Amino acid sequence: MEQVPLVHILILSSILFFLGVYGFFARRNMLMMLMSTELILNSVNINFIAFNKYLFPHQLEGMFFSMFIITVAAGEVSLAIAIIINLYRRFKTVDVEDTTTMKY
Amino acid sequence: MDMNYEIPMLLILFLPIISFVFLSLAGRRISPSVAGLTGITVLSVVTVLSFFVAYNYFFVNGEVNGVYQKIAVFNEVWLKFSDVLSINLGVMLDPISVMMLIVISFISCMVHLYSWNYMHGEDRFQMYYAYLSLFTFSMLGLVVAVNIFQMYIFWELVGVSSFLLIGFYYTKPSAIAAAKKAFIVTRFADLGFLLGILLVSQNAGTLDFATMIERLANPHSPFAQSMLAGSFLGMSTLSWGLILIFIGGAGKSAMFPLHIWLPDAMEGPTPVSALIHAATMVVAGVFLVARLFPIFAVSAPDALHIVGYVGAITALFAAIIACTQTDIKRVLAYSTVSQIAFMMFSLGVSGWGEEASEGFTGSLFHLFTHAFFKAMLFMGAGAVIHAVHSNEMEDMGGLRKKLPITHLSFLIACLAIAGVPGFAGFFSKEVILSAAFHGDKLIYAIGLLTSGITAFYMFRLYFRIFWFKEASHGHGEHGHDNHESHTPMMNLALILLIIATLVVGYIPFGHFVSADGKAIELPFHLALAIPPVTVGLLGIAIAYMLFAKENDKPTKITNALGGFYKAAYNKFYIDEIYLFVTKKILFNLIGRPAAWVDRNIVDNIYNGSATLTAVTSESIKKMQSGRVQTYATYFLLGVIFVALLFLFAN
Amino acid sequence: MNIETVVFYLLSGMILTFGVMTVTTRHIFRAAIYLLFALIGIAGIYLMMEMNFMAALQVVIYVGGIVVLIIFSIFLTHQVGEKVSLPKPRQVIQSALVAFAGLALVLAVLIPMGFEKSGAECDSSVKNIGMQLLDYKNFGYVLPFEVISVFLLAALIGSIVIAIKSNNSEENN
Repeated sequence: MEQVPLVHILILSSILFFLGVYGFFARRNMLMMLMSTELILNSVNINFIAFNKYLFPHQLEGMFFSMFIITVAAGEVSLAIAIIINLYRRFKTVDVEDTTTMKY
Repeated sequence: MDMNYEIPMLLILFLPIISFVFLSLAGRRISPSVAGLTGITVLSVVTVLSFFVAYNYFFVNGEVNGVYQKIAVFNEVWLKFSDVLSINLGVMLDPISVMMLIVISFISCMVHLYSWNYMHGEDRFQMYYAYLSLFTFSMLGLVVAVNIFQMYIFWELVGVSSFLLIGFYYTKPSAIAAAKKAFIVTRFADLGFLLGILLVSQNAGTLDFATMIERLANPHSPFAQSMLAGSFLGMSTLSWGLILIFIGGAGKSAMFPLHIWLPDAMEGPTPVSALIHAATMVVAGVFLVARLFPIFAVSAPDALHIVGYVGAITALFAAIIACTQTDIKRVLAYSTVSQIAFMMFSLGVSGWGEEASEGFTGSLFHLFTHAFFKAMLFMGAGAVIHAVHSNEMEDMGGLRKKLPITHLSFLIACLAIAGVPGFAGFFSKEVILSAAFHGDKLIYAIGLLTSGITAFYMFRLYFRIFWFKEASHGHGEHGHDNHESHTPMMNLALILLIIATLVVGYIPFGHFVSADGKAIELPFHLALAIPPVTVGLLGIAIAYMLFAKENDKPTKITNALGGFYKAAYNKFYIDEIYLFVTKKILFNLIGRPAAWVDRNIVDNIYNGSATLTAVTSESIKKMQSGRVQTYATYFLLGVIFVALLFLFAN
Repeated sequence: MNIETVVFYLLSGMILTFGVMTVTTRHIFRAAIYLLFALIGIAGIYLMMEMNFMAALQVVIYVGGIVVLIIFSIFLTHQVGEKVSLPKPRQVIQSALVAFAGLALVLAVLIPMGFEKSGAECDSSVKNIGMQLLDYKNFGYVLPFEVISVFLLAALIGSIVIAIKSNNSEENN
């Protein structure tokens, strides 16, 4: 894997990250926001793995960190879906624009 | 000190104020009789104590080596600002304050007695007696004040009591206006007083009277030197300070041009006029000048000249107006202004030490005698008003058979004020005019002329009320002859005052009260006594000719005098001038712009800041929209911003 | 030009394409599927970097668990077949700008930075991973391991509690 410069992988992960950010800001459906969040998390994972492989190959810290991130992401998604289902019961919609009661 | 003055003085001061608190709190819960009895009892006790103190002071042990001492009975530190400056409260006894104690307590007691009948049936009887007690307390505190600031405190208290009493009939707009006018004019004068206090006390380094006099009445002391050194418009700092203090006194004592409140103050009940506006409060200004007299006489004679001239002008001015007034109380009011002016110019022409301080003694002697006969005049006027239910002279006439005691008291008082030999006013006025003759001939001339006019207008009043028409027996509405049988207390007060008036002229006043505490002899100069008596008798004669029987000579003279008479009748338009100045000049040039600034600029600053806050919050509140994505956007923006800071802000 | 480089560029192209399609499509079910493919692409990248265990984890947990969970919830909220409404243009522009700004910042920092490859071999066998995972000395991860297990328990209980239907609201309805 020596041929691919580290910077290219990092560029990939950055673009993926901000795609996720865009998706989070610009989508009205809560589930789509959730999917964008997954994209963000994954881009971070790529970053960690790449750094581990290229810069610090002796230890596997990056890999473990990514593993934990995956685990936490899994837990987070389940909780997020539970909340979304609860909101759906209350507002009968998963549109995030219709759930703005916590305001002035 | 053999005599312990503490307990009598404490009682004298605190009994009236306790009476005030009790009466004002009890109000309508106690019956009028109880209220009246409380007031009368308290005042009788105070009077007896005052006489006791006076006896002890003057006859037993006030005198040390022939000089009456200033005794500080109490001098407690009240507010201590620094080592040098502290405001104390205390009681000081010296000849003039003890004399005033007698005057105040006795006249107040008479007024309490008189009011029992006069104010009978009045709705707020209890409050009236409460206010009378408050006034008595304030005035007593004023005369025994141990430092000038304490005197100022009681000065203001007296003003408040006067306000409450003048405006007693507060449903009458004229009474309210008069009370306001009195308070505002005297308050305005008190501004000068306060400035004078600050100026003099700061330079003298003390507020205490005894210390102040000791420091400033000695032209060689460093304090006096520093005050006399500076010069502003030709007068030294000390003179200016004393003039400012005198302005305060002039306001309270109704000197020209601050006399305008006193005639209007006649809106109050007549006993109030007798107490406050004849005998006690209005002499506070004279008392103030007398208190500071050593400083005036020794270190600031130019200020003393001003005092003298103001007094003389006021005396003549008021006397002329009094000749034209038709309201009985107004005549008496202007007479009071004139007589107090006598006292003032007598102080003005006085010197210091031994025979030269005749003016001082004369002034206070006249204060003493005037209190009695003026109070009597007002009480008599009250009885007359009670009988005919009107204040105007036109509705009176021929009352000498209907009101015998009143008639007698009025006659004696008029004889006293006119300076007829043998009566009280003769003795005191003689001393004054003698002092004026030795001091300043012009003032002597004015004083002489004014005495004649005084005799004239007082007897004009007397003849008009009690003669003029045929003496009526059982006139008209009531069907009964003698009004006086219904008013025993009023008669009692009048009789006691008659006795007092007859007696006081014979007191050898110079023995007790003089400028430096040493007894002086007041010799009787025959040559000097004749002119005043002559002009007095002349005035009486003219009044007799014009007013004893019903005729039209007065009207003819009025028409002949034309414009001058009209001006005098309208009090020389002084009130109109004041109104003009305040309305057209002060209100328009100062008041309106200030109000405009306040309404538009100051208010708008606050409204503007409130509106600004509201607008800002309206625009910011959209930030809390409840939309998660917006929050996330701001979050990310913040992160980017902080990252930029870290990266590029080294 | 290595075969690896070509594969890398292909995979990254696939990831990015599917990523864009996830965030811009109007059909929610398709978005889930595009996400699935993007995640598979990422697993491919892990394989390329010889992190086999990681790739396996990615497929099993992300693809086989999380995406399936999302699809279930799509069904639960009755959205299959409907088109998601478009966001407001203002919102689109705003978010695009912000994302672009962030991207610019990151790239501006990243690209000038010169990374030096270490060149050593990375031992990513499962044996090594297992040893390190339960090691309590330096570079050992037994503590985070335990904490993660507790966290998973908490997430499990939490989701049940949040999403449980209370009997009262059912009867009132």
